[in-house]
Amino acid sequence: MNRRVSHFGSRLAYSYGIYLFLLLLCAFFELETGTFLTAQNLLNVLRQTSVNTILGVGMTLVIITAGIDLSVGAILALSAVLSTAVIMKGFPPPFPFPSDVAMKPAWPLRTSIPFAVFVAALTGAVCGIHNAIPIVKLRVPPFIATLAMFSLARGFAYIYVGGGQVGNLPEEFTAAVGEGPLMPVVAISCVVVAHIILTKTRFGRAVYAVGGNEQAARLSGIDVGKVKFWVYVICGTLAGIAGLLLAGRIGAGDPKSGMTYELNAIAAVVLGGTSLMGGVGSVVGTLLGAIVIGCLEAGLSLMGVQWFVQMVVKGYVILLAVIVDQMKKRSSF
Amino acid sequence: MTVASEVRPLLQMRGITKRYPGVTALDNVDFEVMPGEVHALVGENGAGKSTLMKILAGADVKDSGRILIGGEEVHITTPQEAMRLGISIIYQEFNLVPYMNAAENIFLGREPMSKVPGIVDFRRMYAEAERVISELGVRLDVRVPVNQLSVAQQQMVEIAKATSRSARIIAMDEPSATLTEHELENLFSLIRRLRADGVSIIYISHRLDEIFRIADRVTVLRDGKLIATKPVSETSREEIIRMMVGRELKDTIPKKEVAHGDVVLEVKGLNRSGVIHDISFAVRRGEILGIAGLVGAGRTEVARAIFGADPIDSGEILLEGKPVTIRSPKDAIRLGIGLMTEDRKALGLILGMAVRENVTLANLDPLSRLGFVSRRKEQEVTNRFVEDLMIKTPSIEQAVQNLSGGTQQKVVLAKWLFTQSKILIFDEPTRGIDVGAKTEIYQLMNRLAEQGVGIIMISSELPEILGMSDRILVMHDGRIVGELSREEATQEKIMFLATGGK
Repeated sequence: MNRRVSHFGSRLAYSYGIYLFLLLLCAFFELETGTFLTAQNLLNVLRQTSVNTILGVGMTLVIITAGIDLSVGAILALSAVLSTAVIMKGFPPPFPFPSDVAMKPAWPLRTSIPFAVFVAALTGAVCGIHNAIPIVKLRVPPFIATLAMFSLARGFAYIYVGGGQVGNLPEEFTAAVGEGPLMPVVAISCVVVAHIILTKTRFGRAVYAVGGNEQAARLSGIDVGKVKFWVYVICGTLAGIAGLLLAGRIGAGDPKSGMTYELNAIAAVVLGGTSLMGGVGSVVGTLLGAIVIGCLEAGLSLMGVQWFVQMVVKGYVILLAVIVDQMKKRSSF
Repeated sequence: MTVASEVRPLLQMRGITKRYPGVTALDNVDFEVMPGEVHALVGENGAGKSTLMKILAGADVKDSGRILIGGEEVHITTPQEAMRLGISIIYQEFNLVPYMNAAENIFLGREPMSKVPGIVDFRRMYAEAERVISELGVRLDVRVPVNQLSVAQQQMVEIAKATSRSARIIAMDEPSATLTEHELENLFSLIRRLRADGVSIIYISHRLDEIFRIADRVTVLRDGKLIATKPVSETSREEIIRMMVGRELKDTIPKKEVAHGDVVLEVKGLNRSGVIHDISFAVRRGEILGIAGLVGAGRTEVARAIFGADPIDSGEILLEGKPVTIRSPKDAIRLGIGLMTEDRKALGLILGMAVRENVTLANLDPLSRLGFVSRRKEQEVTNRFVEDLMIKTPSIEQAVQNLSGGTQQKVVLAKWLFTQSKILIFDEPTRGIDVGAKTEIYQLMNRLAEQGVGIIMISSELPEILGMSDRILVMHDGRIVGELSREEATQEKIMFLATGGK
């Protein structure tokens, strides 16, 4: 079997299992609740899935190079507080963020939003660079470098808001993010662009090569350090953008937001068939993985299953999916 | 020592045969060791020494043959079984846990226990370790982590591990490779001490002078066959070399004479501390320069240094007369140098990628615009090479891990041909591939030479070196120790230089 998921036919065959699982899952929830397959609910599921999808896209790139990024949840939180501070106070945002309760936006949203997007992306990019430098230059294992950022970014987020949060976000912003199709549109765009990069460009080829065999890639003239640098920067930047979106959806720039999101993103990547050993994987798979997790959460909630029971179900689904995938791979050799 | 006839052999290996896919590593080999004997085992790379030792150690299973210890047949199927029978092998790569100290290493897995279940009796362990070490006449601190000990001391820890298990047969694989003369003398006196205690030593070495200093008898293997076992006192260096190489050149090497052009690559005084020393040579267009030497002589390291894969400490590389700086393989490829690595699976290919992606990996420039790779152009290029080199693959989208060794080698070759390099370095280009594919690779080298490519060929196969090279450099211990023209080169001369003869 072709383990590289490179063209559409083989990808369909490869992901067949997860498609089937998704269909069964939706059918089951529809039978149980009768309201699962409504436009309103599905849009809601997609919105809830969007942040995980965006994080998962960056994570997929990192994992294909045989790396890992544990800091995306923390980067998301830092970006959320900094970018919403721009919405409330204009650019550049003040330090530290004032803790007055009845705050009004300093600039009209139309003016501040481009700056907020810029700050969100920049925050993520800077954190990504901070991850990449020790990994590339000092050969710190990615697990460790990003574990440090996991603590650093969230720490800075708390420092910035002095333990509070950025609240009172203007309603036109929270409504635009939280009610329309904006989040799914951004998420799908990320998947499409990343898919094109991975399958059509030299950079994408290099990403697979570095993860598939770093030594051989280097001896074929690929600048391994540069490739790794960029995947961490891209992953961080996407986490930054996800931070602004999540803030809009929950209505605040909260340093507590995005806890354990890195693990959800890794789960989506793995469910989507990307190998933690590197060299194999696709962002389309990750999208499917994120949707499976989103449907599971939404469907179980609709059924009235308590959140802690949901956690147990989710844990076993991930474990089972990966075991099935492993068995599939083994039998094909 | 003279081996009295009434003494029975401690170890007898009778008619040992081992086949790997496509190659007979050992063919009906007999090997015996007397108690208290130092028995040298020699042969070229691939002669079967390692396989024989692996079978003795239980790390590999023989296809047929018998092993007797003290006259009784034994069945060694696991390393544990070999150890129980008193067999210890000291490999070139030591089996030590680097962060543990000598005592912990010596008693790893069989630590002396105190009365409390599960608790190690450290006092007894250190006392025992010190006793074992001092019995060997060695001085070292058994409480220092072994990664802080010298290589020679680590070797002593390995030997202590063996003697503390009351090993009766200790095999040492290239024990002198990284030792200084003084350390070597210490090792020899330790070996003499063990011999006096009745321990048998199997001494594997490429360095023939050592064999004459320490061994009682020598066994020569060649191409998996036993050539002879002789007392060292009744043989000579020249005879051993003759027995090691004595094989006729085959006519399967289709060398073509090509006129040589200007010097395309010149290397001056290349140094990498502890690895290669003062390497200087030049290659002309259309010339095939062979580099011969034993494993570990530094040949691959020279290739990697030129290619920018490893940093150099000093030295100069000139390309077409101009000095160039090569800091990475990327630089080398841009300047027109290609390296076909020895280990294609670990270094040459991305195994999970398709044939197409592997062929184009080192030269995506002409196939892409604005960072986008043209699938159509890639397919054209790959199809051309598949046809030209007769690469046997069901499809260019096939992952290379599913292809045979010879076919994989052709994919690597296609990758480097596509870079249109001015200089191609072939490191063991025909290792592990069948005869047909070998001939095809030789023909291709001829074609490249005709096109004016300068070729450096590293090979451990003497017929190949003699058959294809216009000129031969011989390396030993990280240095170039001789240069032979095509006319004057013989297997004996090469082996003489490669084994450190002067």
